[in-house]
Amino acid sequence: MGDTPDRSANAGTGGPRVTLGHSRSAGAALSVDVPVTPLDRTPDGVGSQDSDLGPGGTGLGGGGALPRRRAFGAERIFHGFTMAAGMTVLGIIVAIAIFLVAKAVPALDANTANFFTYEGWSPNETEPKFGIGALAFGTVLTSLLALLMAVPVALGIALYLSHYAPRRVGTALGFLVDLLAAVPSVVFGLWGRDYFYGPVRDVSAWLNTYFGWLPIFGGDGPFGRSVLLGSLVLAIMVLPIITSLSREVFLQTPTANEEAALALGATKWEMIRMAVLPYGRPGIIGATMLGLGRALGETIALAMTLGIVSKISFNLIENGGNTVAANIANAFGEANDIGRGALIASGLVLFSITLIVNMTARAIIYRRREFTETAA
Amino acid sequence: MTTMTAPPVAPEQNLRLRARRLPVVALLGIAVAAVAVAALLVYATGIGGFALVVALAMLLYLVGLFAASSAVEGRRQARNRTWSALIHSAFVLALLPLISVVWTLLSNGMERLDRTFFLTSMNNIGARDPNGGAYHAIVGTLEQVGIATLITVPLGLACAIYVVEYGRGRFAQLIRFFVDVMTGIPSIVAGLFVLAFWILIVSPYLNDGRPGYSGFAASLALSVLMLPTIVRSTEEMLRLVPAPLREGSYALGVPKWKTILRIVLPTAAPGIVTGVMLAIARAAGETAPVLLVAGGGAAINFNPFENNQSSLALFVYQQAGDASRYAPARAWAAALTLVALVLILTIAAKLLARRNRFGR
Amino acid sequence: MAMRIEATNVTAYYGGFKAIENITLTVEPKTVTALIGPSGCGKSTFLRSINRMHEVLPGARVDGRLTIDGQDIYDRDVDVTAVRRMIGMVFQRPNPFPTMSIFENVVAGLRLNGVRKKSILEEAAERALRSANLWDEVKDRLDKPGAGLSGGQQQRLCIARTIAVEPQVVLMDEPCSALDPISTLAIEDLMFKLKDRYTIIIVTHNMQQAARVSDKTAFFSIERTGDPGRLIEYDDTQKIFSNPSEKKTEDYITGRFG
Repeated sequence: MGDTPDRSANAGTGGPRVTLGHSRSAGAALSVDVPVTPLDRTPDGVGSQDSDLGPGGTGLGGGGALPRRRAFGAERIFHGFTMAAGMTVLGIIVAIAIFLVAKAVPALDANTANFFTYEGWSPNETEPKFGIGALAFGTVLTSLLALLMAVPVALGIALYLSHYAPRRVGTALGFLVDLLAAVPSVVFGLWGRDYFYGPVRDVSAWLNTYFGWLPIFGGDGPFGRSVLLGSLVLAIMVLPIITSLSREVFLQTPTANEEAALALGATKWEMIRMAVLPYGRPGIIGATMLGLGRALGETIALAMTLGIVSKISFNLIENGGNTVAANIANAFGEANDIGRGALIASGLVLFSITLIVNMTARAIIYRRREFTETAA
Repeated sequence: MTTMTAPPVAPEQNLRLRARRLPVVALLGIAVAAVAVAALLVYATGIGGFALVVALAMLLYLVGLFAASSAVEGRRQARNRTWSALIHSAFVLALLPLISVVWTLLSNGMERLDRTFFLTSMNNIGARDPNGGAYHAIVGTLEQVGIATLITVPLGLACAIYVVEYGRGRFAQLIRFFVDVMTGIPSIVAGLFVLAFWILIVSPYLNDGRPGYSGFAASLALSVLMLPTIVRSTEEMLRLVPAPLREGSYALGVPKWKTILRIVLPTAAPGIVTGVMLAIARAAGETAPVLLVAGGGAAINFNPFENNQSSLALFVYQQAGDASRYAPARAWAAALTLVALVLILTIAAKLLARRNRFGR
Repeated sequence: MAMRIEATNVTAYYGGFKAIENITLTVEPKTVTALIGPSGCGKSTFLRSINRMHEVLPGARVDGRLTIDGQDIYDRDVDVTAVRRMIGMVFQRPNPFPTMSIFENVVAGLRLNGVRKKSILEEAAERALRSANLWDEVKDRLDKPGAGLSGGQQQRLCIARTIAVEPQVVLMDEPCSALDPISTLAIEDLMFKLKDRYTIIIVTHNMQQAARVSDKTAFFSIERTGDPGRLIEYDDTQKIFSNPSEKKTEDYITGRFG
């Protein structure tokens, strides 16, 4: 008796604290047990002294005046708590922006080079010089290359799993793909560095011998720890993610549309062109954008496979290449105050890029949702 | 009746059912010829090795298939066959590196997967010592992920409940949108955020003015990564709870919050647990945030609130960068342990989800 | 140009389950044939085996002989896409391609067959839409999505799409079951008009509809659930509905069972 309001009141105070001044982590840590309690314990308190439950004293269905809505009932408190939790999400996004900016500004002030155009990264000197140019370029180049290689293959696999493989094989392999999507990136990085490096170096040397006249395959070596290796490892990493998402979309194609195409005399490929791909297109775009978001933010696998040279270059096979995220992982160890600030500034740029990519992806997916609803 | 002009499809084409087919023998022939030509080209000119032969043979096979099929069966069948071959080869092509990853992981990981590895830390292990282990890293991973789960689950559940049950109009939609956007925040940015906010601004107050790296800071960063995943999956599960269940409860006069806690949440529980487990699996594999805010460390540190802590993923990264000739074996063993942990969680989550689906 | 269809001992399976057994019947050119019977009696399965759509489902297969003007459609050398081009199909629920405009929906089959010229496509689209009694309703919005039409219009759009490739036979699988009475009437009118040029086979649950539109009626039934569907009686529609020779048919038609 009387348990419930008490506990909920706790939960409620946990709520507002969450929103105030973003001491959220502390608040959240303290309230760890609190919100859980109502979940487990409420059964004891059911119907206790809650006037919401019905005209309490007058007996079941009795007459009398209807109870008034309470200003501070459990309902309000619970509602408030969940709303506070909802606002935490907004709070976190805003806080990320604010704190990154706050820590980046001093370093940017101390920077003696142009942050947007300078290619090098030496923020720890007495005259700090660092610029995002080469890093942002490397990030975009590596990610786009990775997607260029991964997306067609991923769509092929997704189609194989959804429409070509026997149903059981498709389900089993689809499960396997989902598992591969869960393998941590550090494992891919380790594999890329220790095992994939050899073949890529050999292929690079071959490309250099026969296609060296193309700037992207030029240079005199050494080869291997290059943009090519990095983007290949990245491609292999995002492959399961894109495959898994597009397979799901392909499986959702209405059978009615597939049969309509077949009944018109379409071959299997024509059926896929007519029914499956158009239906899945927004989903494919969304999956690709999510893959791109993942690729842009990938840190460890690239820190382990790229040559870490901050220079704008289109050469894909020579040792070199760097990305914003990989640079943070690599340079963090030796960074001083300004150095950390500089890395945070670069993180802010990465945050903005991924934010834009993700918002675009979401906008596309939302549009698709409306579209399928009207179509159905 | 409409007048009959010339039908758009020639009638004789329309009346013939039989079509010439490429026999299986022909397909084999094309394959053999492709390999032969590719081998001849490559080895005669000396421009490459076995890998090039395979790649070239594949290309020649596709071209040959398209040409032969066009000639015998027509364009449409040719296109159908070629695309089918391409889709199958995409599958095989992707399988190769993934099999290689799994194989190297198993073969290299087993080497150091012994008692010492699980029962000792890297404390006082020098470059010449072949032993050493990941005990401290395993402790770190478990504590960090555990705390992150404790923080995220209540918060994530409440947020999802708000969006599904209470949220109306633009505000709920805004939250939904930002949850989705948050899913895409790179882990390194989450790490930097906690670095900027917790390590550099808050922790000096608790730590005599020096920034205090700790396992707890890593938990905070992991929470930022787990939160959107948990909110999204919980949201989906809550939406699956049939409306009549809620309405039945409302009709009995049970207030909304009690309906949610006693009817809706228990119904959705298995699905929610699945989502939480998947989020944990993902968080356990994160390296970058731990590297930035927990700092790593060689010794066992049970206290997540003070001093550096390592984690399995970070251990892999650090051993991989270590110059000792014994480090790679430790890195692979840790990678195998990590993958095993993550996969067990993922498989359990998926099986739970599947059983649940059949149960309905 | 319509053709005769002969089925001899057609048996169809879903995996291990036998859905229909030993169906033998002949459909004459330029007639409307109705397949009636209780739910689960295999009439849709039989219909789908006529244009080899049955085998699209995993594990499904067909035994026996099905010929169209003497050509066995299950022969090993037969191109299945040619069969389906020759034998068009309209489904239970209208299924226009959701991403295509009305125009693109109608000419989808023609495009498959390599027709590229705009003028031919436009002409064919108009002809098909006129035949489907839809032209006047959509001629001003051919570039709008097909999914924006009403259910009855969508179904007529699907019929237009089917007849745009000039098939020999049109199969209709309960084409009106998802439609309102007015749309149903419109489609029945359409069937009268189409039978001058096509052989039509229609599966229907609606006995009045079978009586109204068909020349011949085939009654399918099953003994018990789990048993394969069999052809009980096949005769002129008038005879089936006035004086059936089988007791079961009579029971079904008079509503005493099913």
